Order: sequence, then C-alpha cells, then structure tokens
Amino acid sequence: MRSWIAFWNILKKDVKNYYLKPPNISWGIIFPLSWTLMQLIRSPGGSILELLPGLISMSVLFGTTSMLAVTITFERSGRSFERLLLAPISLNTLVLAKISGTVLFGLFNAFVPVFFASFFVDLKGMVWGVAFFAVLMIAITSSLMGLLIAVSAEQVFEAQTFSNFFRFPMLFLCGLFVPIAKLPVFLRPVSYCLPLTYGADILKGMINATNTLSPVLSFAILLIFTVLLFLVCRSNINRKWIL
Amino acid sequence: MEMVSVRNLKKTYGDVTAVDGISFDIRRGEIFGLLGPNGAGKTSTINMIIGLSRPTGGDIAVNGIDVKKQTKKAQALMGIVPDESNLYNEMDGFDNLCFCAALYGMRKDEREPRARELLEQFRLTEAGKRPFKAYSKGMRRKLTIAAALIHSPKILFLDEPTTGIDVESSRQIRDMIVGLKHQGTTILLTTHYIEEAERICDRIAFLANGQIVASGTVPELMERVTHGHAIRFVTGENAERLAPELQTRFEGSEVMIGADHSLVMETENRQSLLPVMQFFHEKGIDVYEAKELHPSLEDAFVELTGIESSVMKEEKEKGGRR
Repeated sequence: MRSWIAFWNILKKDVKNYYLKPPNISWGIIFPLSWTLMQLIRSPGGSILELLPGLISMSVLFGTTSMLAVTITFERSGRSFERLLLAPISLNTLVLAKISGTVLFGLFNAFVPVFFASFFVDLKGMVWGVAFFAVLMIAITSSLMGLLIAVSAEQVFEAQTFSNFFRFPMLFLCGLFVPIAKLPVFLRPVSYCLPLTYGADILKGMINATNTLSPVLSFAILLIFTVLLFLVCRSNINRKWIL
Repeated sequence: MEMVSVRNLKKTYGDVTAVDGISFDIRRGEIFGLLGPNGAGKTSTINMIIGLSRPTGGDIAVNGIDVKKQTKKAQALMGIVPDESNLYNEMDGFDNLCFCAALYGMRKDEREPRARELLEQFRLTEAGKRPFKAYSKGMRRKLTIAAALIHSPKILFLDEPTTGIDVESSRQIRDMIVGLKHQGTTILLTTHYIEEAERICDRIAFLANGQIVASGTVPELMERVTHGHAIRFVTGENAERLAPELQTRFEGSEVMIGADHSLVMETENRQSLLPVMQFFHEKGIDVYEAKELHPSLEDAFVELTGIESSVMKEEKEKGGRR
C-alpha cells in the first residue's frame, strides 16, 4: 500500500510537472506531425500505411528517450531526485514510477501520427490491440534507455547529446528506412541487438503485413530487453547515484 | 539503546579520505552537533548515515537498524534536511509537503491535514499557495524542514540548516530545533557556526580532516582547554607599566596585556580579588572593571582542532553572502 501511494504520486507529479506542460504537449504533437509531413512531402505518392510504422516508432523513440533523460537529469541537478532516493521505497518502485510517466507520454506521441493518418486512409484493417502492445513495449524499452542515459549524464545538455548517439543509429539500423536484409552484412547482427527492430517489425506486421519476424518472437525478445534494461538501470542507479 | 550508533566509519573517494574511522553515539532526544569547517567530513558522514552514500568501512545503526543492510527501513525513521533546499520549484508549498508525505506512504486524508498543520507551525500558511521557486531563502529552508518533518520522524538530520539565510529566519529555525527536541525528536545537526552549536546542542563533536578530535557537552569540551584561572582588569593607568610590578607582587602569576590594553592575570589556582584590589589601591590606581575569564567553545575548538577560528568565521561570512 505504502509503495503504491508513493508510486502513484511520483507518476502524478511527473505528469503534472513535466508532461502536461505546454512546451511538452506541443512537442508531443508537433514532432510526430512534422515527421509525418516530412515523409509525405519527400515521397508524395507513397502510401501513408507504409510510412505509419516508421512514424509511430520514431515518435515514441524520440519522445520517451528525450523526456526521461532530461527530466531526471534536471531533477538530479536541482537535487530533488535525492528526495526520491531517500524515501523508504524500493529502487524497483522508483524506476517503475519514473518510467511510467514517460511511457504514457510515448503512447500519446505514438497516436498522433495514427490520428492524422486516420483522416487519409482507412485503418480498419489494423490490429489495434497488438499494435498498442507493440507501441507500449517500444515506449518501455526506449524509456529505460532514456533512464540509462540519465544515469550517465550530469547535465541536461549531456543527456540530450548522449541520447542522440544511440537514437539516430538505432533509427537507421532497425529496418524502418532500409530493410535489414539490404544492410551491409556486418551491420545486420547489430540491428538484431536493438529493441526498436522488434517493435517496428510488429508494427509493420499489424499495419501493412510486411513484418519479417514472428510477432510472438518479437514480443518475447522485447520482454527480454525490458527485463534486462530494467535490471541494468536499477544496478546503475544503485552503483552511480548511491556513491 | 542509542538512537544512532556509528562505529569506525570510513569513506574514501579514490586517494582522498573524507571520513577517517569515526565513532560516536547519539542519544535519544538529544541535539548532537557535528562542528567543523568545510571539507571536514560533516556532509560525507551524514550522507552515509542517511543511506545516500556507501561507507568504505565501519557500521551504522539507527534505532538498532543496520543502515547498510536495511537502508529503506532505517530511512522510514529519518527526516532529512540537506544543505541546499531540494523541493520542487514548480510545485507550491502545500503540494510539496503532500508529495513528500506520499513518499512515506501517507494517505491523502493523513497528509493534507499534516501539511496544513506544518505550514501553520512554520508560519507559511499564505506562502503555501505560492510556487516554491517564489520563496525567499529563509522560507525555502523552513519549508524544507517542514517537509522533513511531514512523517513525524524519530530522528532529524539537519545539514547546515542556517547557512546563508537571514538572521530572523535563523533564529526561528534554531527555536524550532529546540522545540522539536522538547517534543522528543532526536536531532543530528552539522554546522560550522560555533556559537550556533554552543547555543543549541546538548553534545558536540569537533570534526577536522575526517576525524573526531573531541566530543562531549559544551562544559566538558571547555574543561579540556581550561589550564588555569584568568582575571581581566581595566584600569586608568598604563597597563604596560603596571604588568611587571603586578607579576612581581603575586608570585606564580603571569600578567599579560590584553588587546584592549587591559591587564590579564593568569594563576594556577583561583586568585582572590581582595589582595589585587589592595595592590591597585596602594598605587592609587582606579579599577573600572574586574572579570574572571572563561575559555569559549571557540577557544576549545581552536586548541583541540588546530584550526584557527578565522577559518570558521570566513566560512560563516561566505555562508552569509550566499
């Protein structure tokens, strides 16, 4: 009960203090919208359905990693994060509470392109339930990666710089823009080490049936990534923030 | 059982030893002060006790709970006021207190009345509706202390609670600390303000270079540096001329000239004033003041730590400017 009260209030505080602030809401709308327009302008004849998995994945990836890395680094530099570390709640509860707000923000980000796409194409064929879980898993793994960055960064600008080091390579290696089969041979194993590859593949399957892996396998691998990243984050917080 | 028991506590950062095997106990219901200059190891010590930093060696127990093994259980008993206020700038005073209460698992129907009670106690009821970023330094510190008290902790850790804030707020905070002690709260206070420690602490430990060089009550500490008795005389005559004569007349005494050109007479045993006054009377010298001198806590600190009080004063001035 005590942990649940702390969890719920950390989540509520983060949503109110960070995610519901006008700059972040506008970021959550404008960023996915810009990606959508950019892709449509670049390939005017292209199918929106073909673009949608990529747009959703990018929106979630950028939204979640940026937000968590920046908010935590911001709280650490103001020392308010110490208050959470000193509270009688487990690190598991703390990590879960901190990523939950970001995951919700990621879900919001993901459905902006879906919302706009719904004006142009018929999305009835989409398997909504599976797509939702795929987005959820992308959001969770990306948030945990954002947390990993936050553990390594001292300042907000560092967090932003670090996140770009892995976000952009991940975006180009996950099979969204260039199919993995067409990547140089030495890069292909790297693609399969990225959680986004599996999330994007499920989305491709659910939206336009162009997946290359079994959704069950992709979900299983995403679950493994989630557990591993969670454990690494917890261990890093324990090691680096409790000196 | 002691509220806090620290044994052979050590902390090193690479080659630097911040805390060098210190041991001390804090009794229930007392105010225990850690006094030392910046870099003496005060914050490192407090951080290890509250579980924000891992000791390199040694043991810590809070209310019998091993802090190293059961950190979260021990933290539930603690209220912590860091050297810099660490509440949320975007939230108002009331919401900050309610959030801190929620971290300790307090339900809404418990935390809201408690937050109102504390705002009233700290005279922040009106300010409670304003965002924390709009608070003055004194108000920020008071709300941070209120946040530490929200769950009625058994022990309160105060790291430099009055550094850098105005005189009135400092006075209110000191009164509040003493009030909490009377209500039964155990308090660990770190400070580099000697007079603050002297005024409110039941027992004090002098910390220098990561080591406790002396500890005890204020009289006990001063006793350690009292080597004789001294009387100061303010006369209407030239002190330089009188000093050798006075020393000759009273064998075994040492007569010195004070900074204000007074005469300071030191003796091993307590000196009766009458013969000295007779000496002055015979010489036809007026005496305007005669006062027995006692060593101050500052004297004790300087003698026992080897750190000049000017170092502490400079830090105090820096703190005041912050």
